[in-house]
Amino acid sequence: MSEKILMKGNEALAEAAIRAGCIRFFGYPITPQTELAAYMAKRLPKIEGGVYLQAESEVSAINMVLGSAASGARAMTSSSSPGISLKAEGISYIAGSDLPCLIVNVQRAGPGLGGIQPSQADYWVSTRGVGHGGARLLVFAPNSVQEVIDLVFDAFELAEKYRIPAMILSDGLLGQMMEPVVFPDRAPVLLEKPWAANGHRDKRNKNIINSLYLQASELEEKVRQRELRYREIEEKHSKASEYMMDDAEYAVVSYGATSRVAGSAIDAAREKGIRVGLIRPVTLWPFPSKQIFEKSKNLKGILAVEMSSGQMVDDVRLAVNGNCPVNFFGRTGGIIPTPMEILSEIEKMSKGDIK
Amino acid sequence: MKTVFQKPRSLSDTPTHYCPGCTHGIVHRLVAEAIDELGIEGRTIGIAPVGCSVSAYNYFNNDMVQAPHGRAPAVATGIKRSVKDSVVFTYQGDGDLAAIGTAETVHAATRGENITVIFINNAIYGMTGGQMAPTTLEGQVTQTTPYGRDASIAGNPIRVSEMLATLDGPGYIERVAVDSPAHVRAAKKAIKKAFETQIKGKGFSLIEVISTCPTNWGLSPGDAMVWLRENMIPHYPLGVFVDWEKEENDG
Repeated sequence: MSEKILMKGNEALAEAAIRAGCIRFFGYPITPQTELAAYMAKRLPKIEGGVYLQAESEVSAINMVLGSAASGARAMTSSSSPGISLKAEGISYIAGSDLPCLIVNVQRAGPGLGGIQPSQADYWVSTRGVGHGGARLLVFAPNSVQEVIDLVFDAFELAEKYRIPAMILSDGLLGQMMEPVVFPDRAPVLLEKPWAANGHRDKRNKNIINSLYLQASELEEKVRQRELRYREIEEKHSKASEYMMDDAEYAVVSYGATSRVAGSAIDAAREKGIRVGLIRPVTLWPFPSKQIFEKSKNLKGILAVEMSSGQMVDDVRLAVNGNCPVNFFGRTGGIIPTPMEILSEIEKMSKGDIK
Repeated sequence: MKTVFQKPRSLSDTPTHYCPGCTHGIVHRLVAEAIDELGIEGRTIGIAPVGCSVSAYNYFNNDMVQAPHGRAPAVATGIKRSVKDSVVFTYQGDGDLAAIGTAETVHAATRGENITVIFINNAIYGMTGGQMAPTTLEGQVTQTTPYGRDASIAGNPIRVSEMLATLDGPGYIERVAVDSPAHVRAAKKAIKKAFETQIKGKGFSLIEVISTCPTNWGLSPGDAMVWLRENMIPHYPLGVFVDWEKEENDG
C-alpha cells in the first residue's frame, strides 16, 4: 500500500507494528495510549496466529511479553508513564534475559498519577535503564506520525539483532495527533532465533531463558558481553536529524513532538536574522553525542527544549563537554511550549543571555 | 537385564541444590515422570519461579524460562498463546504464587489459561531463610512471626485450591501431599491428570502439593513429615476441587 491516509499516531504505530510482523500484543488500559490497544484488539483477532490479550495489570502484561518473546515471537506492549513504572521489573528481566521486544510509552505528565496531557518527563527513566540493574533499552523518539511508522520497523529489527528490548518514546501529543502517512513497502526482516524456548522437539538441546547467575564471575561476564553489544549499538545506531544547521551559530536541541514546535520557532528566529538551527535526536539511547559534540565546536550556544524540567539537557551537556554554553527551556504538567516562548529563549541566547 | 527403576528422561543429570529431606526432589521427579509418560518433553516449556526452585531450569530437560517473582503464570500465558501446540507448566512456591503473584494466579485461572501450575505449599519462604508465607499456619513460628502467626496481626493462611475452585476457568484442581508412598502415588496421578487437562484444552490446571521444609521448620526430615500430616493436612485437606471430566460426566 502506498497511498496517503490520515491516521492518529497511536493507531499508525499499531498498524506499523503489525506490518513489521508483530502480532502478539499484551496490554492494560491507560490514557493516552488507548487507541493503540483498541486498534490491536480490532485487528489481531482477524490475523492468523494473532494474539491480543488484555492483562490484569501492567505487571502481567510485560511478563506476558517476556514469555512471548522468550518463545521467539515478536511481541509488544504499550502503556503510558505510570504504567511504565509498573513494567519496570519485567523490563529489567527482559533485558537481563537478553530478549527482544517493543515497549511503547505514550508519555503523560507526572510524577505520580500526574495528568493525562503530553509530557517528556520519562526521558531519564527511559534512557538510564527502566528497572533495576543497569540495563539499556533502545529508545526511539519519533516526531511525526510518519516517523512513528518508520521507527517501529527499526525498533523490532535492531532489538532482535542485538537481543535487547526497544522502546518507542512517544507522547500524548504525537499519539493523539492525526497526520497523513504512507506505509512503506518494507518487508520485516525476521532473524532465526535458535535461542528461543519454544520446545526442543527432540531436535536440539534444551534452551534456558534466564537472568539469574549466582556465580559473581559468571554474571560479570554476562554483563560485560552485554556492554560490548551496547558499545556497538552506540557506535552504529545513534541518529539525529538537523534543520538549518549549515550556517548556524546557535542550535536548539529538542526531540519528539516538542521539536516540531521548536522548528516553527527557528523559522521565526531566522526571519529575525538569527542564525539558529535544530538538532533533533531521533534515538535517545544511544544518544547522538558525537554529532552534537562535533556541531557544538562551532556554536555560540545551545538551547535544549523539552516538556520536562530538564532531563535530556543532561545528555546535551555531557555531549557538548564544555564546547559552548547550554541553556534550557521547558514546560511541564502537560503544557506544550509555544513557538513564541521558544523564540523568546532563542533571542535571549543570541543576545548573550547564557546561563 | 531388565531395568526396573531409572531416572526419568525429562530430569537432567545436574545434582539438585535442595536441602536434605526437602520434597522438591520428589515433586520434580513426579513432574518429569508425567512428561515422560505423556511423551511431551519436546514441546514442553517449564517456568521456574523465584524461590528455592528458581534453579529448576537446570533440573528439567525440556526448555525452561525463569520468571520474575510471582509472574510465572503471566510468562506461561505469553508462551502458551504464542506457541499453540506447546505444553507449558509453572513450578511455584507459596510466597511466589499466593502472595506476590496472587493476581497472576487468579487471572490465569479465571481466563482458563491452558497451562499447568505445580504449586508447592510448605507454609514458609524457604530461599530467604524461613519467613512467614501466605500459607503459614496460625501459631506457626517463623523468622518473621517469632511468637507464632497471630491472625489478628498477620492475617489468616490462604487456601488457594478452594479459592480458585470458585472460578469458572479451572479445568482441574487437586491438593495432594508427598508425606507417604500412597500420597506420592496419588500426587503423581494428579500431576499427570493436570497435564492431560492442558493437552485436551480443558482449561487451567493446578496441583497444590503439601510439602515440607525441614531446614526452615527446624525439624528432621522424618519429623517434618509427621508435622505436615498433623498440622498442614487438617488445615489444607487433600482432595479434588475441580475436575472437568467429572463435570462432563455429571452433565
